[in-house]
Amino acid sequence: MNFDLTEEQQMVVDSVARFVANDSPVERFRKLRDTERGWEPEVWRAMGEMGWLAAGFPEEQGGFGGCFVDMALVLEQLGRGLVPEPYLPSVVLAGGLLSRLGSEEQRERWLAPMLEGATSLALAYAERQSRYDLHDCRTTAVREGADFVLHGEKVWVLNGHAADLVLVTARTAGGPRDRGGIGLFAVEAPSAGLRRLPVHGMDGHHTALLKLEGVRVPREAVLGDPEGGLPHLEWAIDRGAAAACAEGQGEIQELFERTIAYLKEREQFGVPIGTFQALQHRAADMFAEVELCRSCMILAALRADSDDEELRMREISAAKAQLTRGGWFVQENAIQLHGGIGVTDEQDEGLFFKRLRVLQALFGDEAWHVDRFQRLPSFDAEIR
Amino acid sequence: MDMSVTPELAAFREEVRAWIEKAMPEDIAEKARNNAYFPHEDVMRWHRILFEKGWVAPHWPKEYGGTGWDIGRRAIFSEELVRAGAPALSPFGIGMVGPLLIEYGTEEQKQRFLPKILSGEEVWCQGYSEPNAGSDLASLKLRAVRDGDHYVLNGQKTWTTDAQYADWIFLLARTDDSGRKQEGITFLLADLRNTPGITVKPFLTTGGTDAFSETWFANARVPVSNRVGPEGGGWAMAKALLGHERTLIGGVAESAKWLRHVKFVAQRTAVGDRTLLDDEDFRRRIARLEMRLRALEMAQNRTLAAAQLGRAPGPESSILKLVGTEIYQEITELCMDAMGHDALGWFDSPPEALPPWEQWIASQFNYLRAATIYGGSNEIQRNIIAKHILRLPGA
Ligand SMILES: Cc1cc2nc3c(=O)[nH]c(=O)nc-3n(C[C@H](O)[C@H](O)[C@H](O)COP(=O)(O)OP(=O)(O)OC[C@H]3O[C@@H](n4cnc5c(N)ncnc54)[C@H](O)[C@@H]3O)c2cc1C
Repeated sequence: MNFDLTEEQQMVVDSVARFVANDSPVERFRKLRDTERGWEPEVWRAMGEMGWLAAGFPEEQGGFGGCFVDMALVLEQLGRGLVPEPYLPSVVLAGGLLSRLGSEEQRERWLAPMLEGATSLALAYAERQSRYDLHDCRTTAVREGADFVLHGEKVWVLNGHAADLVLVTARTAGGPRDRGGIGLFAVEAPSAGLRRLPVHGMDGHHTALLKLEGVRVPREAVLGDPEGGLPHLEWAIDRGAAAACAEGQGEIQELFERTIAYLKEREQFGVPIGTFQALQHRAADMFAEVELCRSCMILAALRADSDDEELRMREISAAKAQLTRGGWFVQENAIQLHGGIGVTDEQDEGLFFKRLRVLQALFGDEAWHVDRFQRLPSFDAEIR
Repeated sequence: MDMSVTPELAAFREEVRAWIEKAMPEDIAEKARNNAYFPHEDVMRWHRILFEKGWVAPHWPKEYGGTGWDIGRRAIFSEELVRAGAPALSPFGIGMVGPLLIEYGTEEQKQRFLPKILSGEEVWCQGYSEPNAGSDLASLKLRAVRDGDHYVLNGQKTWTTDAQYADWIFLLARTDDSGRKQEGITFLLADLRNTPGITVKPFLTTGGTDAFSETWFANARVPVSNRVGPEGGGWAMAKALLGHERTLIGGVAESAKWLRHVKFVAQRTAVGDRTLLDDEDFRRRIARLEMRLRALEMAQNRTLAAAQLGRAPGPESSILKLVGTEIYQEITELCMDAMGHDALGWFDSPPEALPPWEQWIASQFNYLRAATIYGGSNEIQRNIIAKHILRLPGA
């Protein structure tokens, strides 16, 4: 076992960290959260040029031959500056699916330009009634000649407001909660019949509600088997959860370090508040959760590429549950220990808090992951 | 000990319920159904409606405009307000400075201030905290120097909730710094609107609303007749008031309101072919909180009943604040979990994409992180309780 980064990995981490410190401190996010797009195409392109978007993709697809861990390393650093560019939805979710399922032409057309930062992507899968169940899909795709025609509504589509292409899940067969019969369709935006209603997230990121009202998708825009999309979607959303843990680690680490600094700096009763034992113990407990989060985040990132589906699900669920419970302890105490200023908008801690809370709710909340964890065969295996 | 429901009490409940239903304006009722945010105008509108009915300050003595209800009726009244999701009134006038004036104010002060507190004509705020005097409130520095029949005030208050709407502020000022820091603090009432030298600068909370302000004083002159109690006697009164505040600030009623809302949300949230309210894990999470909330409600009733018999609130008031705000926050967290993605939108999204019942949840969830900070942080409450039960010095 060895948890050291390779030389190349360390270089990427350093360069993203430098970018965050010099070019994208939290100030930049603050300015962008009130703009229509919420992020900047020029910066996205620069991220492409630096190779950060392609880090985790195979060389034959225009990538650098890296693995999920490489993406996780980038994400963690981006999290430290609350960088608003759509790395998670575009690279991890939609990019991942195009890489896994796309034909050569599809990858050429949609994946390659995104990896250069010329375009951005989104994945639309959640629906009002679906909650976290990926197989609960009521959006329909009906065959008409060589085309499919899509009807339905998708909620909380990350980067859905700005993406050049949205991958949409829709049902081609079966009942509303059947595992079979779900396909993945590439919908360019704008498209006739596609309406995108912007939704501002509590974290200052922008998302969209998509209304699909007879969107026509040609055969060339179907990803893989139009009835067999679900396992791939599950794979992508698991990686989304692992990515949330990676980005979340950046925010958790920031909150922790800022709180420690504040405990040393803020004085009440004539002494730094960090001299109060009650707060020292709180800081110690926060540190424990930071380290536990980091530990299972690493495990989840390592298993995100695994072909062993059960192993992947187990470790990612464990990490996501820890992000939601252990991470929560860190974030709630970060606010608490700042006192009154912790609940002001001008203080950055609140922004990290909100982003983390959103990441906790995406790709399965704690209850969902705990439930999945205890359903996996491995939970009951080898009891004795 | 007696908690029986007499026919009179049952009839009283009916009366209150019917009245609220009739009296509450439709737009407020609609917001209540959506557990939405009530801006200041709504709160004051509801205040005036209660005032006209004579029900705005049930806990005040009858001669000053209270209702003369016993604890049982007051509890019923508060339960019915919760049931209707009514806006919580601003606590500073009715809940704080009013009772303080009734106890310590001069006759002129009572006549000058109490009627307009009741009617809502004058809105109040509380100027205790300063940038460097939060938990260590007694180290406050805002200076008040006597000049003839005025005090001249210089300094700054902060986190002053509602100062941006208020007409009056009650504040703690330092009139003497030669002795212990708890001495030399004086309790003053200042006219926020008409005193030259006072400026109010609101700022945004993490809920995206402007709940509180910085309040600056530059040679602001306050008449000596606006002093409550003796010069240098402010700390004792402030402490008594804080004890009183803590019995109310635990948010039992607000928690009960949110808990109802959580069940409503859960009932409307599909999980597969059932609803979230059918999910056993989730039901048990609600049940655990509901049971704890009932315990807290009963603890509050016991404290209130003791207060009615004239016993000053002791460290139990700190328990109400401590446990109450933690339950309150847990319930908002439960609501967020119940709503999943639907809770994550911000109120400035176009309404077409965000239905009214989704608009304000995230904002309130964020703002309410303050509940364990304001009114004396929960760490400070624990210190107070520990001092009492361990009989440490300073208790
Ligand atoms: C939303 C909101 C509304 C408010 N409204 C008003 C208002 O209307 N009027 C008003 O006067 N004030 C108001 N306050 C101020 C509030 O009372 C203070 O924020 C509170 O007393 C804490 O002070 P502080 O913010 O300076 O934090 P600090 O005192 O700096 O505390 C920072 C952290 O240190 C902890 N700490 C401090 N001392 C100790 C100790 N001895 N042992 C252990 N832990 C300790 C605290 O618990 C906290 O976690 C409001 C605050 C908020 C957040």
